[in-house]
Amino acid sequence: MMPIGFSPSSLREGRWYEYLIRFGLGGAATVFTGLIGSRYGASVGGLFLALPAIFCASATLIEKHEIRRKREAGLVGSRRGREAAALDAAGAGLGSIGMLAFAVVFSMLVEGSVTVAFVSASVAWLVVSVAAWFVRRKLRFVPRPRMGEGTHSSTMSRSHSG
Amino acid sequence: MLGEMLRPKSFAGLFAAAPSVALATLGIAIYQHGAAYAGSQAVSMMAGAVALAVYSIVVCQLLIRTELGAASATLLSLIAWLSVAFGVLALAGGLI
Repeated sequence: MMPIGFSPSSLREGRWYEYLIRFGLGGAATVFTGLIGSRYGASVGGLFLALPAIFCASATLIEKHEIRRKREAGLVGSRRGREAAALDAAGAGLGSIGMLAFAVVFSMLVEGSVTVAFVSASVAWLVVSVAAWFVRRKLRFVPRPRMGEGTHSSTMSRSHSG
Repeated sequence: MLGEMLRPKSFAGLFAAAPSVALATLGIAIYQHGAAYAGSQAVSMMAGAVALAVYSIVVCQLLIRTELGAASATLLSLIAWLSVAFGVLALAGGLI
């Protein structure tokens, strides 16, 4: 069974200004990286292509949404919020392997054809990221509950079982 | 936005490491300086990607093992990103 789900209704939980913040941060990160490249050269500028600028905002928003959801159910939700953001960070760690693949493919192909480099690098990012996620899922270690212990139902365990 | 709609959250997190800023910046770099310049930026980006992996692990551990919120954990971990990114670049001879 496919473990990945798509829930467009999640978008309704976000406020319009939250998307605006992310859009603004993305633009600001692009300008910042360009400026660093102009000032310190391609070598240092290239590092900042992998700067987790938008990640700070998205992790904070994920935490906020989880806390809001729990508060509506009459709970505090701060731990749940942190766990949700931690899972997002774990996914970003696997996505960084895909980003590495993007950089390798792009650097190899860009002097031949710019279009081919962009398309191939993007495909490499997607394939490697998704493959890394599936491999991690297959290899993950989930400790069995000891005799007499109840089922632990945190965000982590539920997500790992999904 | 795509990351927000996908489940489980660890899968959605893959999109937090999407090279969206890189696509825009590399496009501008090619237009302004040419393909060779963008190629050398992409080589350095490899060090940034390694740093991003370390950064993500640090953020994840801080959120699970401490009482820090997402904003503090992600901002504090930028120290790890900067250290690893410049460290790997220096080891690879990029700063020499």
